[in-house]
Amino acid sequence: MTDVNHHISDDLLMGYAAGALPQAFDLVVATHVSLSEDARARLTGFEAIGGAVLDRVGEAELAEDSLEATLARISGVEPEERSAPEQSEGIFPTPLQRVVGGDLDAVNWRSVGMGVKQAVLHSGKDGSARLLMIPAGQAMPVHGHRGLEMTLVLKGAYSDDDGRYARGDIEIADEEMHHTPIADAGEDCVCLIATDAPLKFDGLLPRIAQPFVGI
Amino acid sequence: MLLANDQAEMTKVAVVGPDPVPGAAKSKRRGKPVTIVEYTDAHWVARIEAIARDQDQAAFVDLFRHFAPKVKAFLIKSGADASLAEECMQDVMATLWRKAHMYDPARASVSTWIFTVARNRKIDLLRKYARPEPEDLPWGPEAEPDQADVIALQQESSKLAEALKELPEKQRVLIERAYFGDLTHSEIAAETGLPLGTIKSRIRLALDRLRHNMT
Repeated sequence: MTDVNHHISDDLLMGYAAGALPQAFDLVVATHVSLSEDARARLTGFEAIGGAVLDRVGEAELAEDSLEATLARISGVEPEERSAPEQSEGIFPTPLQRVVGGDLDAVNWRSVGMGVKQAVLHSGKDGSARLLMIPAGQAMPVHGHRGLEMTLVLKGAYSDDDGRYARGDIEIADEEMHHTPIADAGEDCVCLIATDAPLKFDGLLPRIAQPFVGI
Repeated sequence: MLLANDQAEMTKVAVVGPDPVPGAAKSKRRGKPVTIVEYTDAHWVARIEAIARDQDQAAFVDLFRHFAPKVKAFLIKSGADASLAEECMQDVMATLWRKAHMYDPARASVSTWIFTVARNRKIDLLRKYARPEPEDLPWGPEAEPDQADVIALQQESSKLAEALKELPEKQRVLIERAYFGDLTHSEIAAETGLPLGTIKSRIRLALDRLRHNMT
Protein backbone atom coordinates (compact mmCIF):
# COMPACT_ATOMS: atom_id res chain seq x y z
CA MET A 1 0.00 0.00 0.00
CA THR A 2 1.31 3.38 -0.95
CA ASP A 3 1.66 6.15 1.56
CA VAL A 4 -0.28 8.82 -0.24
CA ASN A 5 0.36 12.49 0.51
CA HIS A 6 -1.85 14.20 -2.05
CA HIS A 7 -5.41 12.96 -1.77
CA ILE A 8 -8.36 13.03 -4.09
CA SER A 9 -11.13 15.54 -3.34
CA ASP A 10 -14.38 14.53 -1.67
CA ASP A 11 -16.34 15.93 -4.62
CA LEU A 12 -14.70 13.52 -7.04
CA LEU A 13 -15.03 10.56 -4.66
CA MET A 14 -18.71 11.31 -4.19
CA GLY A 15 -19.12 11.66 -7.95
CA TYR A 16 -17.49 8.26 -8.40
CA ALA A 17 -19.68 6.70 -5.68
CA ALA A 18 -22.75 8.15 -7.38
CA GLY A 19 -21.60 6.92 -10.80
CA ALA A 20 -21.64 10.46 -12.18
CA LEU A 21 -18.06 10.89 -13.38
CA PRO A 22 -16.91 10.88 -16.99
CA GLN A 23 -15.45 7.53 -18.02
CA ALA A 24 -11.86 8.83 -18.04
CA PHE A 25 -12.16 10.02 -14.43
CA ASP A 26 -13.64 6.68 -13.33
CA LEU A 27 -10.41 5.01 -14.39
CA VAL A 28 -8.24 7.45 -12.43
CA VAL A 29 -10.38 7.18 -9.30
CA ALA A 30 -10.51 3.36 -9.42
CA THR A 31 -6.73 3.27 -9.84
CA HIS A 32 -6.11 5.79 -7.06
CA VAL A 33 -8.45 3.98 -4.63
CA SER A 34 -6.51 0.77 -5.36
CA LEU A 35 -3.42 2.55 -4.02
CA SER A 36 -4.83 4.51 -1.10
CA GLU A 37 -6.48 3.07 1.99
CA ASP A 38 -7.70 6.53 2.96
CA ALA A 39 -9.47 7.04 -0.36
CA ARG A 40 -10.98 3.55 -0.07
CA ALA A 41 -12.45 4.29 3.36
CA ARG A 42 -13.79 7.68 2.24
CA LEU A 43 -15.28 6.16 -0.90
CA THR A 44 -17.03 3.49 1.19
CA GLY A 45 -18.53 6.31 3.26
CA PHE A 46 -19.94 7.95 0.12
CA GLU A 47 -21.30 4.60 -1.05
CA ALA A 48 -23.06 4.30 2.31
CA ILE A 49 -24.95 7.49 1.41
CA GLY A 50 -26.04 5.68 -1.74
CA GLY A 51 -27.36 2.86 0.47
CA ALA A 52 -29.31 5.36 2.56
CA VAL A 53 -30.72 6.96 -0.61
CA LEU A 54 -31.81 3.52 -1.88
CA ASP A 55 -33.55 2.82 1.43
CA ARG A 56 -35.82 5.81 1.05
CA VAL A 57 -36.29 5.92 -2.70
CA GLY A 58 -39.82 4.52 -2.56
CA GLU A 59 -41.13 1.49 -4.40
CA ALA A 60 -41.86 0.97 -8.08
CA GLU A 61 -44.50 -1.49 -9.17
CA LEU A 62 -42.95 -4.70 -10.43
CA ALA A 63 -43.91 -6.61 -13.54
CA GLU A 64 -46.49 -9.29 -12.82
CA ASP A 65 -44.08 -12.17 -13.32
CA SER A 66 -41.13 -10.32 -11.80
CA LEU A 67 -40.35 -12.71 -8.97
CA GLU A 68 -40.91 -15.83 -11.10
CA ALA A 69 -38.70 -14.46 -13.86
CA THR A 70 -35.94 -13.66 -11.38
CA LEU A 71 -36.23 -17.08 -9.71
CA ALA A 72 -35.90 -18.62 -13.17
CA ARG A 73 -32.67 -16.66 -13.66
CA ILE A 74 -31.12 -18.12 -10.50
CA SER A 75 -32.61 -21.57 -10.91
CA GLY A 76 -29.79 -24.10 -10.92
CA VAL A 77 -27.22 -21.35 -10.41
CA GLU A 78 -25.00 -21.87 -7.41
CA PRO A 79 -23.69 -18.77 -5.69
CA GLU A 80 -20.09 -18.32 -6.80
CA GLU A 81 -17.36 -19.57 -4.51
CA ARG A 82 -15.62 -16.90 -2.56
CA SER A 83 -12.36 -16.42 -4.36
CA ALA A 84 -9.46 -14.20 -3.44
CA PRO A 85 -9.66 -10.97 -5.45
CA GLU A 86 -7.27 -10.32 -8.26
CA GLN A 87 -4.12 -8.65 -7.02
CA SER A 88 -1.80 -6.78 -9.29
CA GLU A 89 1.85 -7.54 -8.71
CA GLY A 90 3.03 -5.02 -11.23
CA ILE A 91 3.26 -1.23 -11.34
CA PHE A 92 -0.31 -0.78 -12.53
CA PRO A 93 -3.20 -1.66 -10.22
CA THR A 94 -5.78 -4.09 -11.67
CA PRO A 95 -8.30 -1.56 -13.09
CA LEU A 96 -5.54 0.09 -15.14
CA GLN A 97 -4.07 -3.26 -16.22
CA ARG A 98 -7.48 -4.23 -17.58
CA VAL A 99 -7.58 -1.14 -19.79
CA VAL A 100 -3.94 -1.36 -20.90
CA GLY A 101 -4.08 -5.11 -21.39
CA GLY A 102 -1.07 -5.66 -19.14
CA ASP A 103 1.44 -3.84 -17.03
CA LEU A 104 3.90 -1.04 -17.85
CA ASP A 105 5.73 -3.21 -20.41
CA ALA A 106 2.48 -3.70 -22.38
CA VAL A 107 1.89 0.01 -23.00
CA ASN A 108 1.78 1.06 -26.63
CA TRP A 109 3.80 4.27 -26.29
CA ARG A 110 3.95 7.02 -28.89
CA SER A 111 6.69 9.58 -28.77
CA VAL A 112 5.49 13.17 -28.42
CA GLY A 113 8.92 14.78 -28.54
CA MET A 114 11.72 15.60 -26.10
CA GLY A 115 11.78 12.00 -24.91
CA VAL A 116 8.25 12.27 -23.56
CA LYS A 117 5.97 9.37 -24.45
CA GLN A 118 2.22 9.10 -24.38
CA ALA A 119 -0.42 6.41 -24.76
CA VAL A 120 -4.06 7.42 -25.18
CA LEU A 121 -6.30 4.96 -23.33
CA HIS A 122 -9.63 6.61 -23.86
CA SER A 123 -10.76 9.53 -25.95
CA GLY A 124 -14.34 10.61 -26.22
CA LYS A 125 -16.58 13.63 -26.05
CA ASP A 126 -16.72 13.32 -22.25
CA GLY A 127 -12.94 13.51 -21.93
CA SER A 128 -9.81 11.50 -22.29
CA ALA A 129 -7.40 9.34 -20.32
CA ARG A 130 -3.80 8.73 -21.17
CA LEU A 131 -0.52 7.53 -19.78
CA LEU A 132 2.45 9.83 -19.92
CA MET A 133 6.12 9.03 -19.37
CA ILE A 134 8.49 11.89 -18.60
CA PRO A 135 12.21 11.07 -18.66
CA ALA A 136 14.04 11.41 -15.33
CA GLY A 137 15.03 14.97 -14.49
CA GLN A 138 13.12 16.49 -17.38
CA ALA A 139 10.71 19.39 -17.24
CA MET A 140 7.51 19.30 -19.16
CA PRO A 141 6.76 22.45 -21.13
CA VAL A 142 4.22 24.77 -19.56
CA HIS A 143 0.86 23.57 -20.73
CA GLY A 144 -2.68 24.61 -20.40
CA HIS A 145 -5.68 22.37 -20.84
CA ARG A 146 -9.39 22.65 -21.12
CA GLY A 147 -11.63 21.52 -18.30
CA LEU A 148 -10.54 19.67 -15.20
CA GLU A 149 -7.39 17.59 -15.27
CA MET A 150 -6.50 14.76 -12.89
CA THR A 151 -2.96 13.43 -12.69
CA LEU A 152 -2.13 10.24 -10.80
CA VAL A 153 1.52 9.23 -10.36
CA LEU A 154 2.21 5.53 -10.88
CA LYS A 155 6.00 5.40 -10.97
CA GLY A 156 8.77 7.86 -10.14
CA ALA A 157 7.81 11.34 -9.00
CA TYR A 158 7.52 14.91 -10.18
CA SER A 159 7.48 18.30 -8.53
CA ASP A 160 5.75 21.53 -9.44
CA ASP A 161 4.82 24.75 -7.67
CA ASP A 162 2.42 22.84 -5.43
CA GLY A 163 4.77 20.19 -4.14
CA ARG A 164 6.17 16.79 -4.89
CA TYR A 165 3.98 14.02 -6.24
CA ALA A 166 4.96 10.35 -5.95
CA ARG A 167 3.24 6.99 -6.51
CA GLY A 168 -0.39 7.12 -5.50
CA ASP A 169 -0.51 10.91 -5.26
CA ILE A 170 -3.12 12.76 -7.19
CA GLU A 171 -3.11 16.34 -8.50
CA ILE A 172 -6.23 18.14 -9.67
CA ALA A 173 -5.86 21.19 -11.90
CA ASP A 174 -8.43 23.43 -13.51
CA GLU A 175 -7.91 25.43 -16.70
CA GLU A 176 -6.57 28.42 -14.81
CA MET A 177 -3.62 26.46 -13.60
CA HIS A 178 -0.43 26.40 -15.63
CA HIS A 179 1.94 24.09 -13.89
CA THR A 180 5.43 23.06 -14.90
CA PRO A 181 6.06 19.55 -13.64
CA ILE A 182 9.67 18.40 -13.40
CA ALA A 183 10.36 14.67 -13.09
CA ASP A 184 12.66 13.60 -10.27
CA ALA A 185 16.19 12.79 -11.31
CA GLY A 186 17.06 9.11 -11.32
CA GLU A 187 13.76 7.61 -12.44
CA ASP A 188 11.37 8.14 -15.33
CA CYS A 189 7.98 9.34 -14.15
CA VAL A 190 4.83 7.55 -15.33
CA CYS A 191 1.46 9.22 -14.77
CA LEU A 192 -2.15 8.51 -15.61
CA ILE A 193 -3.84 11.73 -16.74
CA ALA A 194 -7.51 12.37 -17.39
CA THR A 195 -9.41 15.46 -18.50
CA ASP A 196 -13.12 16.02 -18.85
CA ALA A 197 -12.68 18.00 -22.08
CA PRO A 198 -12.06 16.33 -25.43
CA LEU A 199 -8.51 16.09 -26.65
CA LYS A 200 -7.64 18.77 -29.15
CA PHE A 201 -6.61 16.12 -31.64
CA ASP A 202 -8.67 13.14 -32.56
CA GLY A 203 -6.09 10.52 -33.39
CA LEU A 204 -6.73 10.80 -37.12
CA LEU A 205 -4.02 13.38 -37.62
CA PRO A 206 -0.53 12.20 -38.41
CA ARG A 207 1.53 11.47 -35.37
CA ILE A 208 3.84 14.38 -36.09
CA ALA A 209 0.95 16.79 -35.64
CA GLN A 210 0.28 15.54 -32.14
CA PRO A 211 2.81 17.32 -29.99
CA PHE A 212 1.91 18.60 -26.55
CA VAL A 213 -1.43 19.83 -27.70
CA GLY A 214 -4.02 18.81 -25.22
CA ILE A 215 -1.67 17.35 -22.62
CA MET B 1 -22.06 -14.98 11.84
CA LEU B 2 -24.44 -15.61 14.71
CA LEU B 3 -27.99 -15.85 13.62
CA ALA B 4 -29.98 -13.53 15.76
CA ASN B 5 -33.58 -14.55 15.83
CA ASP B 6 -35.98 -12.45 13.87
CA GLN B 7 -37.61 -11.03 16.92
CA ALA B 8 -34.38 -9.35 17.93
CA GLU B 9 -33.89 -8.01 14.43
CA MET B 10 -37.05 -5.97 14.44
CA THR B 11 -36.38 -2.58 15.80
CA LYS B 12 -39.58 -0.83 15.10
CA VAL B 13 -42.86 -2.60 15.38
CA ALA B 14 -45.50 -0.03 14.82
CA VAL B 15 -49.17 -0.80 15.02
CA VAL B 16 -50.95 1.86 13.08
CA GLY B 17 -54.41 2.60 11.89
CA PRO B 18 -56.02 2.19 8.48
CA ASP B 19 -54.06 2.83 5.33
CA PRO B 20 -50.71 3.30 6.98
CA VAL B 21 -48.55 3.37 3.90
CA PRO B 22 -49.01 5.47 0.79
CA GLY B 23 -50.05 3.13 -1.97
CA ALA B 24 -51.34 0.54 0.44
CA ALA B 25 -54.92 1.37 -0.56
CA LYS B 26 -55.32 -1.84 -2.49
CA SER B 27 -54.69 -3.80 0.67
CA LYS B 28 -57.59 -6.09 1.47
CA ARG B 29 -56.92 -5.41 5.11
CA ARG B 30 -57.94 -1.84 4.77
CA GLY B 31 -59.64 -0.68 7.92
CA LYS B 32 -57.96 -3.25 10.11
CA PRO B 33 -54.89 -2.39 12.13
CA VAL B 34 -51.80 -3.30 10.13
CA THR B 35 -48.52 -4.22 11.65
CA ILE B 36 -45.54 -2.75 9.90
CA VAL B 37 -42.25 -4.36 10.64
CA GLU B 38 -39.05 -2.60 9.78
CA TYR B 39 -36.15 -4.96 9.69
CA THR B 40 -32.70 -3.87 10.66
CA ASP B 41 -29.64 -4.49 8.57
CA ALA B 42 -28.81 -7.58 10.69
CA HIS B 43 -31.93 -9.25 9.32
CA TRP B 44 -30.80 -8.72 5.74
CA VAL B 45 -27.21 -9.73 6.50
CA ALA B 46 -28.58 -13.04 7.80
CA ARG B 47 -30.56 -13.47 4.55
CA ILE B 48 -27.49 -12.90 2.39
CA GLU B 49 -25.58 -15.39 4.53
CA ALA B 50 -28.36 -17.95 4.16
CA ILE B 51 -28.15 -17.54 0.38
CA ALA B 52 -24.37 -17.90 0.38
CA ARG B 53 -24.31 -20.83 2.78
CA ASP B 54 -27.47 -22.81 2.00
CA GLN B 55 -28.66 -21.41 -1.33
CA ASP B 56 -31.77 -20.55 0.62
CA GLN B 57 -34.48 -19.56 -1.87
CA ALA B 58 -36.88 -18.40 0.84
CA ALA B 59 -34.23 -15.94 2.03
CA PHE B 60 -33.88 -14.73 -1.55
CA VAL B 61 -37.62 -14.24 -1.92
CA ASP B 62 -37.63 -12.27 1.33
CA LEU B 63 -34.78 -10.08 0.03
CA PHE B 64 -36.50 -9.69 -3.34
CA ARG B 65 -39.82 -8.57 -1.88
CA HIS B 66 -38.12 -5.86 0.14
CA PHE B 67 -35.42 -4.62 -2.23
CA ALA B 68 -36.64 -5.30 -5.79
CA PRO B 69 -39.26 -2.48 -5.75
CA LYS B 70 -36.64 -0.09 -4.35
CA VAL B 71 -34.01 -1.05 -6.91
CA LYS B 72 -36.53 -0.59 -9.71
CA ALA B 73 -37.59 2.81 -8.31
CA PHE B 74 -33.94 3.83 -8.08
CA LEU B 75 -33.36 2.87 -11.71
CA ILE B 76 -36.44 4.73 -12.89
CA LYS B 77 -35.35 7.84 -11.00
CA SER B 78 -31.97 7.39 -12.68
CA GLY B 79 -33.57 7.72 -16.10
CA ALA B 80 -34.43 4.16 -17.11
CA ASP B 81 -37.89 3.52 -18.56
CA ALA B 82 -40.06 0.97 -16.79
CA SER B 83 -39.15 -2.02 -18.96
CA LEU B 84 -35.40 -1.35 -18.87
CA ALA B 85 -35.64 -0.78 -15.11
CA GLU B 86 -37.46 -4.10 -14.68
CA GLU B 87 -34.87 -5.95 -16.76
CA CYS B 88 -31.98 -4.28 -14.98
CA MET B 89 -33.54 -4.87 -11.54
CA GLN B 90 -33.87 -8.60 -12.27
CA ASP B 91 -30.19 -8.65 -13.28
CA VAL B 92 -29.27 -6.90 -10.05
CA MET B 93 -31.28 -9.30 -7.90
CA ALA B 94 -29.80 -12.32 -9.69
CA THR B 95 -26.33 -10.84 -9.17
CA LEU B 96 -26.99 -10.65 -5.42
CA TRP B 97 -27.67 -14.40 -5.48
CA ARG B 98 -24.53 -15.18 -7.47
CA LYS B 99 -22.25 -12.86 -5.52
CA ALA B 100 -23.63 -13.50 -2.03
CA HIS B 101 -20.24 -14.82 -0.94
CA MET B 102 -18.58 -11.54 -1.86
CA TYR B 103 -20.64 -9.47 0.53
CA ASP B 104 -18.66 -8.20 3.52
CA PRO B 105 -20.92 -6.91 6.34
CA ALA B 106 -17.95 -5.20 8.03
CA ARG B 107 -17.61 -2.83 5.08
CA ALA B 108 -21.12 -2.15 3.85
CA SER B 109 -24.72 -2.47 4.93
CA VAL B 110 -26.87 -4.68 2.72
CA SER B 111 -28.56 -1.56 1.29
CA THR B 112 -25.16 -0.10 0.44
CA TRP B 113 -24.03 -3.30 -1.23
CA ILE B 114 -27.21 -3.49 -3.28
CA PHE B 115 -26.82 0.19 -4.21
CA THR B 116 -23.31 -0.47 -5.58
CA VAL B 117 -24.48 -3.48 -7.61
CA ALA B 118 -27.41 -1.48 -9.00
CA ARG B 119 -25.22 1.54 -9.77
CA ASN B 120 -22.71 -0.56 -11.73
CA ARG B 121 -25.44 -2.31 -13.71
CA LYS B 122 -27.00 1.06 -14.42
CA ILE B 123 -23.72 2.37 -15.85
CA ASP B 124 -23.40 -0.80 -17.96
CA LEU B 125 -26.86 -0.39 -19.42
CA LEU B 126 -27.47 3.36 -19.56
CA ARG B 127 -23.95 4.57 -20.28
CA LYS B 128 -22.85 1.43 -22.08
CA TYR B 129 -19.48 0.80 -20.54
CA ALA B 130 -18.05 -1.41 -17.84
CA ARG B 131 -16.97 0.92 -15.10
CA PRO B 132 -13.46 0.33 -13.74
CA GLU B 133 -13.59 -0.86 -10.13
CA PRO B 134 -10.80 -0.55 -7.58
CA GLU B 135 -8.68 -3.60 -6.88
CA ASP B 136 -10.10 -5.33 -3.83
CA LEU B 137 -8.05 -5.92 -0.73
CA PRO B 138 -6.38 -9.27 -0.38
CA TRP B 139 -8.14 -11.75 1.84
CA GLY B 140 -8.02 -15.48 2.36
CA PRO B 141 -10.95 -17.81 1.78
CA GLU B 142 -11.27 -18.35 5.54
CA ALA B 143 -11.34 -14.66 6.44
CA GLU B 144 -14.44 -14.00 8.53
CA PRO B 145 -15.53 -10.45 9.30
CA ASP B 146 -15.02 -9.34 12.87
CA GLN B 147 -18.43 -9.24 14.61
CA ALA B 148 -17.63 -6.02 16.46
CA ASP B 149 -16.83 -4.38 13.11
CA VAL B 150 -20.07 -5.67 11.63
CA ILE B 151 -22.18 -4.32 14.49
CA ALA B 152 -20.37 -0.98 14.53
CA LEU B 153 -20.84 -0.60 10.76
CA GLN B 154 -24.55 -1.40 11.09
CA GLN B 155 -24.92 1.24 13.79
CA GLU B 156 -23.08 3.83 11.71
CA SER B 157 -25.14 3.02 8.61
CA SER B 158 -28.36 3.47 10.50
CA LYS B 159 -27.13 6.77 11.99
CA LEU B 160 -26.28 7.93 8.47
CA ALA B 161 -29.76 7.00 7.24
CA GLU B 162 -31.28 8.92 10.17
CA ALA B 163 -29.10 11.93 9.41
CA LEU B 164 -30.17 11.90 5.76
CA LYS B 165 -33.79 11.83 6.86
CA GLU B 166 -33.23 14.79 9.19
CA LEU B 167 -31.60 17.02 6.56
CA PRO B 168 -33.52 20.04 5.30
CA GLU B 169 -35.46 18.94 2.26
CA LYS B 170 -33.59 21.08 -0.23
CA GLN B 171 -30.27 19.63 0.84
CA ARG B 172 -31.57 16.07 0.90
CA VAL B 173 -33.05 16.39 -2.57
CA LEU B 174 -29.72 17.61 -3.90
CA ILE B 175 -27.94 14.55 -2.47
CA GLU B 176 -30.57 12.22 -3.88
CA ARG B 177 -30.30 13.85 -7.29
CA ALA B 178 -26.54 13.33 -7.22
CA TYR B 179 -27.04 9.61 -6.58
CA PHE B 180 -29.69 9.30 -9.28
CA GLY B 181 -27.12 10.68 -11.71
CA ASP B 182 -29.09 13.90 -12.14
CA LEU B 183 -26.10 16.15 -11.48
CA THR B 184 -22.90 16.42 -13.45
CA HIS B 185 -19.68 15.85 -11.55
CA SER B 186 -18.97 19.58 -11.47
CA GLU B 187 -22.37 20.18 -9.86
CA ILE B 188 -21.73 17.67 -7.09
CA ALA B 189 -20.65 19.20 -3.80
CA ALA B 190 -19.52 16.74 -1.17
CA GLU B 191 -20.47 19.17 1.60
CA THR B 192 -23.50 17.09 2.46
CA GLY B 193 -23.94 17.99 6.11
CA LEU B 194 -23.89 14.26 6.83
CA PRO B 195 -21.66 12.77 9.53
CA LEU B 196 -19.23 10.75 7.40
CA GLY B 197 -16.24 11.01 9.72
CA THR B 198 -17.21 8.17 12.05
CA ILE B 199 -18.28 5.77 9.33
CA LYS B 200 -15.00 6.42 7.56
CA SER B 201 -13.03 5.66 10.76
CA ARG B 202 -15.03 2.45 11.28
CA ILE B 203 -14.36 1.26 7.76
CA ARG B 204 -10.72 2.21 8.14
CA LEU B 205 -10.48 -0.01 11.24
CA ALA B 206 -12.17 -2.89 9.43
CA LEU B 207 -9.77 -2.48 6.48
CA ASP B 208 -6.76 -2.42 8.80
CA ARG B 209 -7.95 -5.60 10.49
CA LEU B 210 -8.51 -7.27 7.15
CA ARG B 211 -5.02 -6.37 6.04
CA HIS B 212 -3.53 -7.41 9.38
CA ASN B 213 -5.24 -10.81 9.19
CA MET B 214 -3.53 -11.44 5.91
CA THR B 215 0.00 -10.86 7.15
